[in-house]
This record gives sequence, structure tokens and C-alpha cells, in this order.
Amino acid sequence: MGKTLFDKIWDNHLVSQVGEDTQVLYIDRHFIHEVTSPQAFAGLEKRGIPVFRPQQTVATADHNVPTKDQHLPIREELSRFQVDKLTENCEQFGVELYGLGHPYQGIVHVIGPELGITQPGMTIVCGDSHTSTHGAFGCIAFGIGTSQVEQTLATQCVLQRKPKSMRISVDGELQPGVTAKDIILYIISQLTASGGTGHFVEYAGSAISALSMEGRMTICNMSIEMGARGGMIAPDDTTFEYIRGREFAPKGADFDAAVERWSQLYTDEDATFDQEYHFRAEDIEPMITYGTNPGMGIGISQAVPEVPAGNVTFENSLKYMGLQGGQAMKGQKINHVFIGSCTNSRIEDLRAVAAFVKGRKKADHVNVMVVPGSKQVEAQAKAEGLHDILTAAGFDFREPGCSACLGMNEDKVPAGEYCVSTSNRNFEGRQGPGARTILASPLMAAATAIYGELVDVRELLNQN
Amino acid sequence: MEKFQTLHSSAVPLPIEEVDTDQIIPARFLKATTREGFGDNLFRDWRYQNDDTPKPDFVLNNPAYDGKIMVAGRNFGCGSSREHAAWALYDYGFRAVVSSFFADIFRGNALNNGLLPVQVSEDFLHDIFSAIEQDPQATFTIDLEQQKFTIDATGQSTGFEIDAYKKHCLLNGQDDIDFLLSIKDKIETYEQQRQAAAV
Repeated sequence: MGKTLFDKIWDNHLVSQVGEDTQVLYIDRHFIHEVTSPQAFAGLEKRGIPVFRPQQTVATADHNVPTKDQHLPIREELSRFQVDKLTENCEQFGVELYGLGHPYQGIVHVIGPELGITQPGMTIVCGDSHTSTHGAFGCIAFGIGTSQVEQTLATQCVLQRKPKSMRISVDGELQPGVTAKDIILYIISQLTASGGTGHFVEYAGSAISALSMEGRMTICNMSIEMGARGGMIAPDDTTFEYIRGREFAPKGADFDAAVERWSQLYTDEDATFDQEYHFRAEDIEPMITYGTNPGMGIGISQAVPEVPAGNVTFENSLKYMGLQGGQAMKGQKINHVFIGSCTNSRIEDLRAVAAFVKGRKKADHVNVMVVPGSKQVEAQAKAEGLHDILTAAGFDFREPGCSACLGMNEDKVPAGEYCVSTSNRNFEGRQGPGARTILASPLMAAATAIYGELVDVRELLNQN
Repeated sequence: MEKFQTLHSSAVPLPIEEVDTDQIIPARFLKATTREGFGDNLFRDWRYQNDDTPKPDFVLNNPAYDGKIMVAGRNFGCGSSREHAAWALYDYGFRAVVSSFFADIFRGNALNNGLLPVQVSEDFLHDIFSAIEQDPQATFTIDLEQQKFTIDATGQSTGFEIDAYKKHCLLNGQDDIDFLLSIKDKIETYEQQRQAAAV
């Protein structure tokens, strides 16, 4: 019987079997950041052991950093201490750090791919659940806890139980105004926030292969939001062209040899999956969420579902969001828009936003934050004139970091206020205590910023 | 890691589904560089008002309930991979969490810290909630060796699954890193073989 893409990579990284269920998996690339690594380094120190393969680990500071005045010392004391601790640990243990001020600094899942560190066929881990992003290149990439960060630093391996396999195919052509973000929000709304648990997903089908690498990263990024261990897409010419010429990508004859190797990374025709789902691209509308987990999503033309009888969790969720079952979301007044995060802060996202807002102004009552995913994205946005378009529209263009995605740094949404966000989680308090998050695509976020309320971006595109 | 063999305790009920790790420990409390002290901010925004006064209707503020077991609705621990969620529960005093479904990363993090995730059926979970409703001090027994969870008052019990290797680790208080360090020669052999294959 044929093998899946996942199996090919997994089997190639198997070091040893432990008992019936657990396997020792070798890790090619390890990304670390300031929040989930200090306790792991402390563990190494306590045991008196070094980082086993320091050249396979790359560090950056992203979660806890301010997105204004990054050239100044971090004002918040605990944040500063944590970021300084990362610098100290990287120096002590010989790990490469792209810290604040470095031209490669940025959100860990943005910089790995843009520097060409992420390559097809690799195993990649990071102490962050959105590590699934790197699966867009045909990698097995998944988030781990700090104990496993320590394991990886110490041995370049993690202990894992092999997940079940799932394939999600999306075929057909997307409507204008419908993007990769809408595809993944739609899939999660169909499978629920736990529908992928225990599984590793391969995304396939014509609507997926038609996507750019940025779009594929958005899809794989949110695999965790349906509980999946990770998501992946078989590499193809789009992948190879994206990698070509990047800083740490193979060059010349090495690149050609790599492409030949990478071209073998696909699911065999006779391979089978534990679960299969098929969706039609034409069925997907611009999506938004109405509740407090990413599975609570609807098309913009649809109404908020009624509370199922006796469902306290659902009822609490709508109460938190200040919404009623049966109400339309279109026309909902919005005060905040956040464009950024490891889901949607890449150059293509900023281009889509700028193309929509060019020559327009944001609505007066809306605060709009645009946070590029990395120093490189920031520089490119400036070089392409996107920065000028966005600031002319009244958007606040900031410096790279995780920003208002997680309410950890200074960028937060006030209690009770609605924020249309291009990030990945609408959990209670995610963007700050009491903040009400509505997840959407960069295009929908841009339209919200201009109109000050939720709109159906398809109608606006038709007008042009 | 501390050994886990049997646990006999009352339980704290949280009959909410999809409890994500941002609720268990909000991101703004992840700035510490040690593993200790996260229990103070466990369920911070459900437990305290903005002015830090306790919310009386949240279960951790209700003196009727205590114990080392948390019982919660399905898909407990979804969301972020922050191990701080497991540390916070453990630091607060919990040693086991019972639910009808756990998110993968949380389950792994809990097991790596001596916090036992016990997955039971939806019906059995309902029976546990009923037992606590009848008597907030109702006790339960978890026997890891036997992989058995018992409602003491009724004697009703159920089995639960656990990976054989992780069970061994918990029973003996060993962590993964000890094991991985012990097979370092195998890891180096793997690296050499791969390098040879690539040439």
C-alpha cells in the first residue's frame, strides 16, 4: 500500500520505538522564543548539559515585544527581563538569535519560511501551537510544551505518539473576495474546534494548490484551531519558487538536487487516511466568527445560530460577545481592527489590504493597527509604498511582533469592544480582558476599517 | 517529576466545554522565567474581577468545593501550547483533570508534569458531575496502575486509557528527558546514517 506524505517524512525521522505507542522522532529545525524557552534552558543548566545541536536551533523575540519604539529599552519590567533572559541564554548556549533590532527579527512563524530555514521534508518544532504554519512547505511541524523544548535542546529529539491521518480536500474556484483565511475558517466551522484532535491533516485539492505560499501558510497555521496536531501541503513548483534564493536555502546545484528530493514528497495515489473530508470552494463565503472559539464561524451573509437548548457553554459565549442568536452580523459596528499575527502579517496580506484601502480613509470611530510579521516584511512594505497607503488611510503601521493577537504585550483591545482581527483565536480575553474578537481575512478587516462595520466584501468588489 | 500512583480526593467541578489555555492562564501572566507560582493566576479572568476582588460565583472561590481533581467539560485545554497551563493547575494543587475529551498538546504537557489527564465517556462525566452536585465533598479514587476511576459513594467505576510509556513514567516519577539522554548513542547513530544517505 502507498504512503502518505506524512508517513514518508515521519518514517524518515524515526530514531527509535519505545513500547507500543511512543516513538522517538528526530527534529531538523527548532525555533525558540522568549516565552516558552526560559524554563527549558534552566532545566539544561540544572542538569549541567549543553544544547546538543545548537546550529539546528534559531531564536527570536516576538510574543512579548512592544510594536512601537523597538530601538528603546522595553518599558515593561517583566517583559524586558524575559527578552533579556533569551539573549543571555542564547549567548550562553551558542544559539543564533534574531533579537530586537536585528534585520531578521519577527514572528517566529514568519521568519522561518522567509529566511529559507523552513524546507520541505523537514521535522520542525517550536514551543508555540502555531508551528503548524511551516507545514505549508510539506513539513511535519507542530507545537510543543516547554518540557519538550528542553528535550529538543538536549537531544534534538522528541517523544511522540504517531497521530492519525486526515485529508481535507477543497476543490473548485473561490469567489472573488474569498481568501485562504476564509477557507480555513470555513473548514474549522464545519469540523468544530475539536474535530481534528489526534490527527495530522494534509490539505489537498485544486483550491489549495492554487494558493500562494502565504495563503498556504495561513491555512496550515490554523490547523491547531480544530485541535489537529498540525497541517501540511505537498510541495510543488509554487513552494520551490518561494524558497529559491532565500538566505538559508540551498543554492545552485544544491538547490536543484534539493528540488529533485522535494519532488518525491507527495501522498501516493493508493495511500489511505483515517479520515477524509471534501469541500467545494464555491460554497465558501467571506467568513467571520461570532463566538469564543474558532469553530464558531459563519459566512458574512448568515445569522448567528440560535443557542442549542441547555448548552451553557454556547450561551456564555454569546453573552460574552454581546450577541443574540438569530441576529445578522453584517452591519455590526466595530471599533477596532487588528491586521497582523502569524496567520496574516506577510507581505501578500499587506498588499491585499493596501490594494483595498488605496485612496480611502478609515472610518472615524475605528482604531486600526497594522503589524508586519517581520523586519523584512516591514522593509518590503515600505519599499513597495504600502506603508504610505496605509498611513494615509489613517492606519497605525507598527513594528513587528505578535502584538494584539494574544494580549501579552502592550497592544490590547479594551473590555467590551469589538475587534475584527486577522489573527487566529477569538477566545475570551485573548486580545485583553473582556475584549470581543471577530476573526476574519485581511480583506474583510480592511473593509471593516473603511466602513466601520462588518460588510460583505464581495458586494464592494462588485461595485468597482 | 513527582510519582503518581493512586489519588483519593474530592473534586472541583467546572461543567464548561472548550476550556482553552488562555482561560486557564491568560498570556499576560506568562512573563515568569521559572515554573513556580502560576497557580495564583489560574483561571484569572474567571476567578477575579478587574480590581482583583474574587468573583463569588466562580467555583474556585466557592468554599464548598476543594480537592486535587478538576472535572471539566469536553475539549479541555484547547488552544495555545503553553505548558504554563499545566503548571498553573499543578501549582494550585490539582493532580488530575477529568474530562470527556482533551486537546492533544495539553494532554502531553500535563503528563510531562505529573498531572494526570483522565478521559472518561460523556455519560460517565455526567455521573461524576451528578455525584458532586449531590455532595460537594464526594470523593473519587484514581488508580493509575489499574487505570481505573471510581466514584466512591456509588462504587461506580470506569477504565481510562494511557500510553504505556507515559504510565511507566508517572508511576516511577521519571521524565522524558532522562530517557532521551539515555539513548543518545542511538540518536548519534541516526544522524550518521542520515548523513551517509544524503551523500
